[in-house]
Amino acid sequence: MNAEVHKVGPVLDASSSKDEQQAILAILDQNKDVILDLSECTYVSSAGLRVMLYTYKVAASNGLNLYLVGVSKEVREVMSITGFEHFFKYFDTVEACQSQI
Amino acid sequence: MQRVDLFPTHEYKGLKLRTGRPYPFGATVMGNAVNFSVYSRYATDCTLVLFHNHEPEPFVEIPFQKEFKMGNVFSMMVFDLDFENIEYGYRMDGPWNPKEGHRFDKTKILMDPYAKLIAGRDAWGVQPDWNNVYQYRARVVCDDFDWEDDLPLETPVNELVIYEMHVRNFTCGASANVHHPGTFAGIAEKIPYLKELGVNCVELMPIHEFDEFENSKPSPVDGHMLYNVWGYSNVGFFAPKAAYASTGRFGMQVDELKNLIKQLHANGIEVILDVVFNHTAEGNENGPYISYRGIDNKTYYMLTPDGYYFNFSGCGNTLNCNNPNVRDMIVESLRYWVTDYHVDGFRFDLAAILGRDQNGYPMPNPPLLESLAHDPILGKTKLIAEAWDAGGLYQVGAFPSWGRWAEWNGKYRDSIRRFLKGDEHVLADVKERIAGSADLYASQNRGIKASVNFITAHDGFTLMDLVSYNGKHNEVNGEDNRDGEDNNNSWNCGWEGECDDPGINFLRHKQIKNAISLLMTSQGIPMVLSGDEMGNTQFGNNNAYCQDNEIGWLDWTNLEKNADIYRFFQRIIKFRQAHKVLRYEYHLGHCDYRNLGYPDFSWHGVKAWHPECGYNNLTAAFMLNGRYAETDGVADDFIYVAMNMHWDMHGFELPQLPEEMAWHVFANTEMASPDDICEPGEECLLDNQQEILVGPRSIMILVGKQPKK
Repeated sequence: MNAEVHKVGPVLDASSSKDEQQAILAILDQNKDVILDLSECTYVSSAGLRVMLYTYKVAASNGLNLYLVGVSKEVREVMSITGFEHFFKYFDTVEACQSQI
Repeated sequence: MQRVDLFPTHEYKGLKLRTGRPYPFGATVMGNAVNFSVYSRYATDCTLVLFHNHEPEPFVEIPFQKEFKMGNVFSMMVFDLDFENIEYGYRMDGPWNPKEGHRFDKTKILMDPYAKLIAGRDAWGVQPDWNNVYQYRARVVCDDFDWEDDLPLETPVNELVIYEMHVRNFTCGASANVHHPGTFAGIAEKIPYLKELGVNCVELMPIHEFDEFENSKPSPVDGHMLYNVWGYSNVGFFAPKAAYASTGRFGMQVDELKNLIKQLHANGIEVILDVVFNHTAEGNENGPYISYRGIDNKTYYMLTPDGYYFNFSGCGNTLNCNNPNVRDMIVESLRYWVTDYHVDGFRFDLAAILGRDQNGYPMPNPPLLESLAHDPILGKTKLIAEAWDAGGLYQVGAFPSWGRWAEWNGKYRDSIRRFLKGDEHVLADVKERIAGSADLYASQNRGIKASVNFITAHDGFTLMDLVSYNGKHNEVNGEDNRDGEDNNNSWNCGWEGECDDPGINFLRHKQIKNAISLLMTSQGIPMVLSGDEMGNTQFGNNNAYCQDNEIGWLDWTNLEKNADIYRFFQRIIKFRQAHKVLRYEYHLGHCDYRNLGYPDFSWHGVKAWHPECGYNNLTAAFMLNGRYAETDGVADDFIYVAMNMHWDMHGFELPQLPEEMAWHVFANTEMASPDDICEPGEECLLDNQQEILVGPRSIMILVGKQPKK
């Protein structure tokens, strides 16, 4: 399997988005899919959602995938309301993701 | 390739700066800098004030250097800002000379007139800290929503059925049963309902940022809080109201509204915004400093020779719409809502003001209206004027249009209401209104599509109240029932207010069905007031702008209680959409100019072809010839509408149809549900093809087509 897990910190907002984005892009640069583990992330801001969508689009344009894991109900709700939800595939755990992709 | 002009050249208190770009105005993310640009003709100095989100005190104030000013524009780039977590404002220095129109006060922190995101009223009804020096706080926004393949729908205007609604009132009541009451997301949850009803355009009452606490106070009658619920009082022209977004507390209202519009479009529903460019929330000389007054008072407001505020809006001030720079701001704002929010059209509140010059005089060819009519980006955008103002200018039928502007047809509302309640002096006018108001809109190539027909709108009674109250009952608004329209042309059907009398209630339901039948069979663009389809009441309040409670909120239990009304609305809307002959763009000939055997449109009385035959001007009928409205070579049906607003039953002789056709009944408002209306296409063949009996205060709609074999 050619996917690498990247775990996001407790908050994905403008202050952390730059570093997170670089880390995700680095994985994509190695021609690997990304399993973005958000199980410990309780807040995703507007900038954070943009990191997710931006990296998703970079992945897609290179024939790669970006999967979301452990997205909290609250974050998922915000994603749904603001139009970010439908782009992604969701998994409850990293293991579930790894076994299904 | 990287740009070479995105390197800082200056430093101030640890922040790196550079001369900004004067255009565009506002705050724009450019590389790793934010470009701040603000125009003021008369300011001498300007300071950028930066706050961390929600903090009462700024963390830095950066004066614009001399070299950061070009012409009358201050512009500066600030590098490496965590822009999601800052709020910004300006201090402007300049003359304090009200008589000359100048009210600069550098102690005030001012919102950017071009702010695209405004914090400070993030959740509805949460008391703000009134001691905060900066109340309405501009923020920087990233306009990069992923629209995928969405675009404005460009539905032909004559095919629209407009649904005028209020974001909060629509789903705020518990009976709405949504996860996000009173918000954009709440509307998205109700999209299946809107589709089921059959409307294809929602007109949202103001969604630009406003302050619900403006003039807020407890009602002197029962102490409940009165708010500025409707929001006809702009704080900013570029920012959506934060408290209308369930994600407003995270500053994500921009995405939430865009997502709503994207979803509405995906379901074939257009979005028209009700925009208020006639005044701002700053009031008169006693009002607060929010933005415009302190940025450039003389530019933004129409002022009397003594420097006081003209009040053509009835709200304390008047935006100086035909000042070239204010005009640019309005055009920029509208373009922004179209390009960045994919909005399909605008309804301009008190639009007559937009045609007044800087001294308040109406102009024959107002440059703002002309610009909008010819604007390239707004080229397919619906432009609808409320063609009057509070200064007495009434331009229905005469709004400068360049063939582009439609109008709220206030005369349609007034005549149809009078006819419905049995006024004997209005039939001639009713005929004009039903046929598309040629007397108002046949000139300037405007056509039927210039007439937005309505019987009820947010201003005034709901349809249920129109047939339940003779007079307004606005006591709870706290102005001793002085506010609101007095001339309602309403009739309570025999009892003032709600009652248990089955006869009266039957008549009320019938009158509602009569009203919607006329609206949906009239030529012009029908507009329905949200809630009328379920018999929503405001308990006789005809000016519920301040009622954030069950008076203003839709009561969705009415859907069950008034199921017959809802069913009738659904079917009559579907009927309109099924018949092209009801949706002409341009006025009719009233003759058989293509030699098809019948005129395109003909008036009748109780005798066919004799419109003069009737009872006290309360009976009339019209027929539309479907052969004049072909779709892909297939003619539409004939449609005949018999209107009897007399309190007795009358027989109507029917016009004879071409040989192969027969009359079928689509609707008869005299009948109890479910026999009052059928599914379009399933009309019942009429036994007597010579004459129909139309009940008292009733309407019958017939379809002439080949009988099913």
